[in-house]
This record gives sequence, structure tokens and C-alpha cells, in this order.
Amino acid sequence: MHRYRFLLLRPLQLIPVLFGISAISFVLVRAIPGDPARVLLGTRSTPEALARIHAEYGLDQPLPMQYLLFLKHLFDGELGRSIIYKTDTLTLLLERLEPTAMFILGSVLLSVLLALPLATWAARSRGGVADHVIRLLTTAGLGLPPFWLGIMLIILLSITWRLFPVSGYGDSLGEKLYHLFIPCLTAALSLSAVLTRSLRSALIREMRADYFVAALARGQSERYIFWRHVMPNAIVPIINLLAVNVSWLIGGSVVIESVFGIPGLGQLLIKAIFSRDYMVVQGVVLFFALSTVLVNLLADILTVFIDPRIKL
Amino acid sequence: MSPLLTVDSLTITTRAGLNLVDQVSFSLAPGEMLGLVGESGSGKTLTCRALLQLLPEGALQITGGRVDFDGRDLLRLSPREMRQLRGAGVGMIFQNPSTHINPLMTIGQQMAESLRLRGRLSRKEIRARSVSLLEQVGIPSPEQRLDSHAHEFSGGMRQRAMIAIALACSPRVLIADEPTTALDVTVQAQILKLLDGLRREHGLSIIMITHDLGVVAQTCDRVAVLYGGRICEIAATADLLKHPAHPYTRGLIACQPHANVNAQGPLTTIAGAPPTAEEMPAGCRFHPRCPDAQRRCQTRQPVVHDVAQESGHRVACHYPLQRLIHRELDHE
Ligand SMILES: Nc1ncnc2c1ncn2[C@@H]1O[C@H](COP(=O)(O)OP(=O)(O)OP(=O)(O)O)[C@@H](O)[C@H]1O
Ligand SMILES: [Mg+2]
Repeated sequence: MHRYRFLLLRPLQLIPVLFGISAISFVLVRAIPGDPARVLLGTRSTPEALARIHAEYGLDQPLPMQYLLFLKHLFDGELGRSIIYKTDTLTLLLERLEPTAMFILGSVLLSVLLALPLATWAARSRGGVADHVIRLLTTAGLGLPPFWLGIMLIILLSITWRLFPVSGYGDSLGEKLYHLFIPCLTAALSLSAVLTRSLRSALIREMRADYFVAALARGQSERYIFWRHVMPNAIVPIINLLAVNVSWLIGGSVVIESVFGIPGLGQLLIKAIFSRDYMVVQGVVLFFALSTVLVNLLADILTVFIDPRIKL
Repeated sequence: MSPLLTVDSLTITTRAGLNLVDQVSFSLAPGEMLGLVGESGSGKTLTCRALLQLLPEGALQITGGRVDFDGRDLLRLSPREMRQLRGAGVGMIFQNPSTHINPLMTIGQQMAESLRLRGRLSRKEIRARSVSLLEQVGIPSPEQRLDSHAHEFSGGMRQRAMIAIALACSPRVLIADEPTTALDVTVQAQILKLLDGLRREHGLSIIMITHDLGVVAQTCDRVAVLYGGRICEIAATADLLKHPAHPYTRGLIACQPHANVNAQGPLTTIAGAPPTAEEMPAGCRFHPRCPDAQRRCQTRQPVVHDVAQESGHRVACHYPLQRLIHRELDHE
């Protein structure tokens, strides 16, 4: 079972990464000029009131002290209190988690649903008309910036055809999916270009592999060999690409949620930055970092389970 | 015995019109092991892939000949019939088992997929059959090895595993494309012994592709020597090694490090390099490297003819060595 020893060891390697990220986010958010207490009090800010809030949230302490305090909270499993929302940051995070998770999951799923048939079709008709058309489409997909794509989709699907809402979220699951469709499609279209190309070339490489001829020589049909032998081999390297895509989506959620008015973590982060809500900014950044690292770890684990040759 | 497989004037042509394999003919009797010998690029692999119509699509084409297997012309089978023949009629094993076995599937899974293709079997039956196949090819503790992947085997065991996977299709003819080239000498001998056993015990006919006459001497009943995509000599193994009729065959024998016949003096090589498909010489393709070449060899292509009719020793040479020797003997 030594192949799976990394399951225990890898998470340990994450600790220094998270330390680094927490320090960077701590410094960066404080490097922006401004004061959360001033934002909170607005016109009511008097020197005494400011000092009171500073004392309440430990902002009067020297910076290294504040950082140690932040770490101490972390070890207690707390992310500190939001100055603006006046609640625990963790509670805030969990509240906003669902829309972001749904958006990311939906985008990944849609991108796979787009890329899988396109890549399969292109690979199996390599050099043919379909292959060229798909290459053209993916080139276009690579060239179009996601925000432009998003605006076009809104204009077309929401404003002209009135098929989907322009922005917002919803209450029931159906409503949520309905609202998330255009944001997910925007992200998926951008992601599927690279995904289609990578999968296509992986498929073509595997179709040239010796085991393909060997299986043909045993009387298997090309169709069977394609799905049973070629596809799993081609998917192994793609799993890591999917993880990279999720990382991209985590970062992208900041922009996309703001554009489409989705009340998720990305939106929370933007608002927290504008109001200098230090604890929330640190919390969300740390959470994003942790998710990114975990998703990539998950991809590594999956790869190891599929491909017995890989050792970590 | 009437042959099981007859290849008659097989010709394989590139899109540019070059004949990579030119009018190759040979036959294979049931239970026979035929050696296909020649330098790299002489067309051994192409010849055998053509039998299963596994040539690179588009690039190469079979432009002539017949391949008779069990009364059917393999070159005229429908794709469906060809699929049914592959593996079961004519199977194939390769030089490099680590790339010819799917790395993600266990050996058992890859045998099972062939067994399933050829009959409704329960999981238990498939497992029992697979275990006995691994036993047959000499893989120790077959029960456990069934669930191993190719990379968990040593080179020799991996080759055995590939043979077992091929045998799961129950082939009648097995094409072995340099099955021992990548192995060290002791393992090589074991694999050859295994193949020889399969032939003796199960009546499997084998085409043994190799460039090593030593391998041929150990195992093959008959040998066909290929040069530049053409047959230059075909004979019973002992006959060919003792009385080579083609200068090229004589050269090959002299090149053998352990040549047990005709080898006096230091190790020799055949001067020059084998021709490439683009620069095939006219006349006899071997003439630029042939020590005995005459004017006629440069212009006229020699046809394959009998040296000794009763033993089936045939050669494509204007001045075959055997006849020369016979003539010299006559003069004395
Ligand atoms: N797809 C192809 N297109 C063009 N030429 C090819 C192709 N495949 C093989 N050839 C050429 O055909 C000739 C015979 O190749 P083949 O693989 O049959 O040789 P071989 O006798 O098996 O050699 P080796 O001992 O190296 O395996 C070579 O000159 C090779 O370059
Ligand atoms: Mg070869």
C-alpha cells in the first residue's frame, strides 16, 4: 500500500503553502490605504469611536501582533469577526459558499459536456472537415475574451431572446440553475477551447499507441478500443487540466459574480476589499487558496488511482 | 501437409508508388515455425501486418497478391470478417510488450476482453481460463498475476503476459514480430522455448520475425530471407544454414557471432547499408553489396526458382552459390 502513503504526506505539505498565503493576504489588504472603522462609521466617525472599534477588533495592536492573533484564531478554527457584517467570518463564508460552488461545478460540467464530444469527434475524424471546423471554433474560443463572451451571451440570450435572466440568483434549485446558466456557459465556453484541444491531441496520441494496434490484432473493433482503451489513457493528463480550470474559476468567480450579480464568495471578497473588512478578505483569500490546493491534490489522487504507474 | 497459410506475390506500395514489399511469397504448414529474416527495413513487419490488414491507413496499400488462409483470401475479406479473423485466425505478438499492453488495464482484464468477444462465458469461467493461460505461458502464481499491470512484470514475464493475451483469442497462426529482440539472452532462450512448446503441444503455426539467424537456428523449421522487400531465399533451416544459395544469406551467416557453420576466421560484416525504399537499385536489389555481382545482376531482376526441388529450397539469384559449388564439384 506504499503507493498511497502520499495520501497522508501530501496534506502536510500544504501547511507551509497556507502559511505563506495567509501572510501575503494579510500584508496586501493592509497595504491598501483606508480604515475599516472609518468605512463602518462613515460620517459618525469621531476619534473616540474609531479608537473604540480599533480596540475591539485588535486593530490598535502592532502589525506582527495582529498577524499572530490571526494565526491564533486560525488554530482555534476561527477566521475572526467581520467589522462590517458584525458576524463570524466563517459563518459568512459558509453562507456565500453555495452560489460559488454551484457556479464552479456547473461551469466545469458544462465545459466537459462541450469538450468531450467535440474532442472525440475531432480526433476520430482527424484531418477531416469536422476536425477543421472544430479547430476553427476552438481558435475563436481562445481568442474571445470571457467578459466579451459574457456580454454577448447576455445581449443575445437575455435581452434579445429573453430566454434567461440578466443577473441575480434565486431561491429554489431550479431558479438558481436558471440564473447560473449564462455565467456558467460564459466560463465553460472559455474553458472548453483549451480542454477540447488538449483532449483531442491526447486522444490522437493514444490512438497512435502500440496497444491500439495490438487490440486491433486481437479482433476488437475500433469503436470498442477507442472507448475502452484510448479514452481512459487520454483522460489521465486531462484530470490535472480540469483542476487547473477549477483554480481559474475560483479566481474568475470574483469577476463573474460581480458582473452577473451572484451573491457568492467572489462578490463577498470584492465588497470586503472595498470596505477594508480585513478579516473577511483574509478569510476568503485563505479559503480560495485552500480550495485551489485541495482541488489539485484531489486531481493528483484521482490520477494515481486511474494510472497504476504513477507514484507520488 | 497442405499449407494453412499461403502468401502469394504480396506487394505493398506507398502512395508515391514505391514497392516496399515486392512479390513476396511463402507458405506455412500447420504446426510449423517459419522464420522471416532480414535486416532492419527489409519489410518483415509490413508483410505480416498486411496479412491482418493492419497497415498504416492511407500511407500504404496492398497492390497485388493473394493471402490464402484456410481456403479464404484474406485480402478480400469484409472489415467484419477481417475482425473475426484477427486474433482467432491469425494472432500477433510484438517486440515491445510494455507499449503493446494497455498500461491502465490488468493482464486479466485484457485477456477477459478477448475471451468475452468469442463466447458467452461467466466471470468464473473467464477467470479459470485466464489462470490456465498464464500457467501455460509459465507465469508463476497466476492467480495473483491476473490482477497485475504490465509495468509490474519483468521484461521476460511481460513478454509471456503478452503471449497469454494473444493466446486468449485461440489463434491458429501466431505472428511473432521480434519477440525476443529486447530481451537478454537467457530470457530470450526461455521465450523461444515457450513458443516452441506452444507449437509442439498445441499445433500452433508460428511466423517468427527476427534479424537473428541464431534464433532461427534454434526454433524454425524453415526460413525465408527478405532483402529490400523481396524474398531472396527460402529453405529448410538446416539446408539454408549449411548450403546458403544466395550471397546475402551467406553474408548473414558469416555475420553471426556464434555462426556454427561456414565460420572460419574473424567476424565479418556485409559491406554497405541496406537500400532505402527511395533508392532501390535496379536489377537484383542486393547487387551493389554483392561480392559475386555480374553485369546481369545490375539490370535484370532475378526470379525465385528452385535450387533443390524436393526439399523446397528456392532462391532469387542469377548466380546462386549452390549451383556454382555443384558445378565446381562436377569439374573436379
Ligand atoms: N507508414 C509508412 N510509410 C512509408 N514507409 C514505411 C511506412 N512504414 C514502414 N515503411 C518503410 O517500409 C520498409 C519496411 O519496413 P518494416 O517495418 O516492414 O521493416 P522491418 O523488416 O520490420 O524492419 P525492423 O527490423 O526495423 O523492424 C522500411 O524501409 C520502412 O521505412
Ligand atoms: Mg519490424
